[in-house]
Amino acid sequence: MDNKILLDVKNLHASIDGKEILKGINLQVREGEVHAIMGPNGSGKSTLSMVLAGAPGYSVTEGSATFHGKELLELSPEDRSHEGLFLSFQYPVEIPGVSMVNFMRAAVNEKRKYFNEAPLSASDFLKLMRQKRAVVELDNKLASRSVNEGFSGGEKKRNEIFQMAVLEPSLSILDETDSGLDIDALRIVAGGVNKLKNEKNATIVITHYQRLLDYIKPDFVHVLYKGRIVMTGGPELALELEEKGYDWIKESND
Amino acid sequence: MSKDNQNTPDGKSDNEKIINNVTDNEYKYGFVTDIDTDVIPRGLSEEVVRLISAKKQEPQWLLEFRLKAYRHWLTLKMPKWAHLDIPPIDYQAISYYAAPRKKEGPKSLDEVDPELIDTFNKLGIPLNEQKALSGMAVDAVMDSVSVKTTHKEKLAELGVIFCSFSEAVKDYPDLVRKYLGSVVSYRDNFFAALNSAVFSDGSFVYIPKGVRCPMELSTYFRINAAGTGQFERTLIVADDDAYVSYLEGCTAPMRDENQLHAAIVEIVVEDRAEVKYSTVQNWYSGDKDGNGGVYNFVTKRGLCRGDYSKLSWTQVETGSAITWKYPSCVLQGEGSVGEFYSVAVTKNYQQADTGTKMIHVGRNSRSTIVSKGISAGHSQNSYRGLVKVAPKADGCRNYTQCDSLLLSSTCGAHTFPYIDVLNDTAIVEHEATTSKISEDQVFYCNQRGIPTEEAIGLIVNGYAKEVMNKLPMEFAVEAQKLLQITLEGSVG
Repeated sequence: MDNKILLDVKNLHASIDGKEILKGINLQVREGEVHAIMGPNGSGKSTLSMVLAGAPGYSVTEGSATFHGKELLELSPEDRSHEGLFLSFQYPVEIPGVSMVNFMRAAVNEKRKYFNEAPLSASDFLKLMRQKRAVVELDNKLASRSVNEGFSGGEKKRNEIFQMAVLEPSLSILDETDSGLDIDALRIVAGGVNKLKNEKNATIVITHYQRLLDYIKPDFVHVLYKGRIVMTGGPELALELEEKGYDWIKESND
Repeated sequence: MSKDNQNTPDGKSDNEKIINNVTDNEYKYGFVTDIDTDVIPRGLSEEVVRLISAKKQEPQWLLEFRLKAYRHWLTLKMPKWAHLDIPPIDYQAISYYAAPRKKEGPKSLDEVDPELIDTFNKLGIPLNEQKALSGMAVDAVMDSVSVKTTHKEKLAELGVIFCSFSEAVKDYPDLVRKYLGSVVSYRDNFFAALNSAVFSDGSFVYIPKGVRCPMELSTYFRINAAGTGQFERTLIVADDDAYVSYLEGCTAPMRDENQLHAAIVEIVVEDRAEVKYSTVQNWYSGDKDGNGGVYNFVTKRGLCRGDYSKLSWTQVETGSAITWKYPSCVLQGEGSVGEFYSVAVTKNYQQADTGTKMIHVGRNSRSTIVSKGISAGHSQNSYRGLVKVAPKADGCRNYTQCDSLLLSSTCGAHTFPYIDVLNDTAIVEHEATTSKISEDQVFYCNQRGIPTEEAIGLIVNGYAKEVMNKLPMEFAVEAQKLLQITLEGSVG
């Protein structure tokens, strides 16, 4: 537990349309760790990921979050990305007419610009794409199609992990990455995440179900309920939730 | 059939504020060239028409043509049917002829005023053939006259004629007389009559039978002088089995006053010939409060006279305060093909009413229309298109796709499709969509490290890709950049 702290969230309150969703989140994520955040619908799981990534429409009313020692909440969404935060979206949007290649080239080169590096040459970039595609067994044809356009649910999620592979974030937040996946797609996606894991980066897995955690082994499991983390445990907590449901947690916290 | 989308200025999101944070980006072509210019006094009369013709030492038949057009124009009123709010134009307050003063028509580049060469260099149009793009011949038109045409000799070897309109009148009077007004009659409309009366210069292209023009031909139009109008005329003839790709670019200085531009483009396409006509229109569009800018009233029409002939219009319209323009195809030949690919961008207080007419006269003629409107700020952007199938035109097909992208809640996008089918065998399809750049799309890009401005550029270019792909390579890159720059600060 002496690894460096990557993300330190303290007493985070956030609301949307004046309604408070997050009511004091505390969360510390260190390098090399995998955290699972579970909880019933409407508990604030997705809001937490959106707020950390800087999505418009959410306002932080109290608390702080530092990332690599920097005030995360003061950075623009793109700078959060450059600093190493990656969000795998629950519902990846389609961008018609923009090929994955163009999209990723823009993303990669914006990051390089942020670090005062020259843009990648076309051949280096294509090589990078090829390498990373292998991580999630993404079809070459998929990469030349428009961003997420006409992708199946499974393809969209694989495409998210592919982007994660290309951008090499230090902290990845996977928001319900397992939703809508059949068992084969789940295995491929989880396999990709595991391949990308190392002792320097960390992953936050947001999920309803234990199922994904069979493939991506968490070090910690947090239960989010009504905007607060009400319980934290090891992997066994996920199994317990799978077995008993959320009612016993609701009862003791209502 | 008309579909209107007029948003109310309520409930602005953060992204929208970024979008609405409208363009204060500099119009980089807004400079004025300080050059000795021969400008005739303002006003329009029969004497002025005669004066222009005399200045250009024109033959009698052309003067007659002008005078007929002028007299007809006097009987016409400005058209009011477009979805445009056009302030009254005082036609007596405009000068109808302005020419950079020169010695006897420059034969070589050494004789062209260095100021002019410099101007076109600044616009990215080198007139020096060594420096010019080898794959492109350029006719540079400043105000009322052609300044220089490059690669003329090389083209002449193939029998291709590419020169200014004035030269064509002198050197190829029979060709000009045969085709002038054959596609767009001076009686066609108010602005066509005006142009026919006072047109000053423009380009003339003739591609002989069986010749595939080896380079892109391009005319670059520049308005420089104040208080003047520009009335150029382009005539392109592709004889049997010929092919040519022609590009047109336009810019003007930033001025507080509105400048009038009323052009005519006529194209004749003979048997199995093909003409590709591409425009990147970037006239000065006025400032962010809607002051100044060019009024752009253009009549463009091609006649696919030959069987299996093909005419393809591609336009990227980003400039002008007001655009009124419907590049059209008369598909007379059997199996002839007409295409119209358009991206029209309006921002600030720009107004555009643009589209096409596909007139199917020949049997089995086909047409495709792809129109992409992009509106931002307080602009109004209308697509107006006519698909007409004549009674005897069996087996015709048309496909129309008409998309609007809205970048603000204060702009308007409108679609006015007219379909007039008089033959039962025709198949006519029309698809239309309206969309906004969603906050989710922008945030998705942001999350991947792409800032909002770049994200908008990416999304807009993606939206317009189908049309941009139709542009010649050299132009496509420029046009993409133009699209991005045009919308800088106006998206979210």
